Amino acid sequence: MLAYIVRRLWQMLPTMLGVVVLVFVLFNWVGGDPAYILAGKMANADSIANIRRQLGVDQPYYVQLWIFIKQIVTFDFGLSWATGEPVSNIIATRLGPSLTVLVPLTLLESLIGIALALAIAFVRGSLTDRAVMIACTAGMSVSILVYIIVFQYGLAYKLGLFPVQGWDGLRYAVLPILIGLAVSIAPTLRLFRSFVLDEVGQDYVRTARAKGLSERRVMWVHVLRNAAIPILTHVMSNLPALLIGAFLLERFFGIPGIGREVILAVERSDFPVIKAITVYVAAATMVFNLLTDLLYQAVDPRVKLS
Amino acid sequence: MMAHGAWRRLRADRVAMVSLAVVMAFLLMVVLSASGLIVADWEDEVGVNYAPPSFVGSATVAAAPEAARQALPDNPFDPLADDLAQLRAQAGEGGAAAGAARRATLPFGGDKWGHDVIKKTIKGGETSIVIGLVAALLAVSLGSLFGALSGYWGGVVDDFFNWFYSIFTAIPSVLMILAVAAVLQQKGVLTIVLILGLTGWTGPYRLIRAEYLKHKAREYVLAADAIGASHWRKMFGHIFPNVSHVALVQLSILVVGFIKAEVILSFLGFGVPVGVVSWGSMLNEAQNELILGRWWQLTAAAVAMALLVTAFSLFTDALRDALDPKVKT
Repeated sequence: MLAYIVRRLWQMLPTMLGVVVLVFVLFNWVGGDPAYILAGKMANADSIANIRRQLGVDQPYYVQLWIFIKQIVTFDFGLSWATGEPVSNIIATRLGPSLTVLVPLTLLESLIGIALALAIAFVRGSLTDRAVMIACTAGMSVSILVYIIVFQYGLAYKLGLFPVQGWDGLRYAVLPILIGLAVSIAPTLRLFRSFVLDEVGQDYVRTARAKGLSERRVMWVHVLRNAAIPILTHVMSNLPALLIGAFLLERFFGIPGIGREVILAVERSDFPVIKAITVYVAAATMVFNLLTDLLYQAVDPRVKLS
Repeated sequence: MMAHGAWRRLRADRVAMVSLAVVMAFLLMVVLSASGLIVADWEDEVGVNYAPPSFVGSATVAAAPEAARQALPDNPFDPLADDLAQLRAQAGEGGAAAGAARRATLPFGGDKWGHDVIKKTIKGGETSIVIGLVAALLAVSLGSLFGALSGYWGGVVDDFFNWFYSIFTAIPSVLMILAVAAVLQQKGVLTIVLILGLTGWTGPYRLIRAEYLKHKAREYVLAADAIGASHWRKMFGHIFPNVSHVALVQLSILVVGFIKAEVILSFLGFGVPVGVVSWGSMLNEAQNELILGRWWQLTAAAVAMALLVTAFSLFTDALRDALDPKVKT
């Protein structure tokens, strides 16, 4: 087990190095000279040279890359170019609000998705099944922007059921979570339904039916436990991406989370913030993939880690 | 032969045929609008500002801005008052003549400048659909090329592309797109196509690579080898036609995904430049209009997009079922 984990971590190194180089090439090479962005419109040669020296941009590329790697390892990306706030501080303080929205959203979405998928699998192939699937496709085709704009306007602005915007604890998270659910339930249901249907055709299901178990017990106990494996994998490996994926909700509702920070950083050319978030989210994605594989083995003893 | 069977299966699917008709209607609209045969005059300010739809009537909304203007008290200390009065008088002479021709209502309302919303939606659709199609074509071409090289050659080539793939999938696609948008710093249709195309190749790559791994040892490839076909010819002359259905399904999945992505990028202001209209830029304007009770631009853009994407997705599902009858989703 330990040997497996160590080997997997070792295998992550080349990928992580690739991510670092990719981000470095994007921001330090394609992105152009940051001194011109920082010095503003009224720049003179002195101040530009000064900024270049401070950031180390006047060094050769390999030295700059080394500086970047040192920043990643020491969690010290310096100061935000836009606000002067330390980047590590930005990430630490924005994580809380993001998770306040994402954790309940993910839990609710998974539970409702599983329940609906099993319910739909009862009537698989019927007209109801087909109608629900078409409704899901239609629901998925409406832009997430429309969901947010209409719900925010209707439920919060017109009816006053929720605060329109702002952030002060869980009360402000309710409407974003509801909208997130409305947007994500259709794709989740479609995916989970396919996971469940993969299991329904298996031999053990026929055996369970043959020994006289009720259809309800077959679905909710036998099928669910097996379908749980791909579902768990899907939910786990999607978590890091979700952190960024909620950026529209965070932006519309003024939630000071990671996603909104990325948008702000892109708007203000605040490269250190984007670089830091990209690298850490990539690292989190890889770690979560490893955790998923470990969990996979825990729920399914047939899976051998190799 | 396979294509024929697939087409027959597709023809039997009524939902697929209706969706195909809707998609074709949209594509026809794009061609007509791009060639200037229709809606070339969408930028004409034919209606009054925020002209409501004809079926709503002009009385309710149009009166509001007039009342607001009246309510402003005169400021005796306004240093520009004389200049403004003069300008207003001039504008009144010229403006009255132009304003007389403007209509109080439009079939489905007007936007801030009095553009016809229906024409604007068609023009916006042209931008969004063209971006989606071209970007998806770029992504699938890249993915197919990488996948073919990787699966066919194996070994070091495969390792290299897999490494590349693992890098791109480690970064969530939204973040990747935003990071590239931050770096490129210039808005434009080509920029969005590049952003989406260069970040979206991973899905097609994985599937095409798997197909090439499977096909390269098949007898028809060995036979082609025996008659002396070159590697290039085996890869793209012999194998590719047999795996092209995978690329086709990926293409239609990506078109839908990229149209949605373009709308979000343009909405955020990282997409189409000022002066180019797309469904995303329309939604951006519509967000503020809704608070003033002007719902028509939002409705037009949202309905047009939902209709196209629904039809496209349903067709994609049917296409996948028809091309690969073994897979049930």
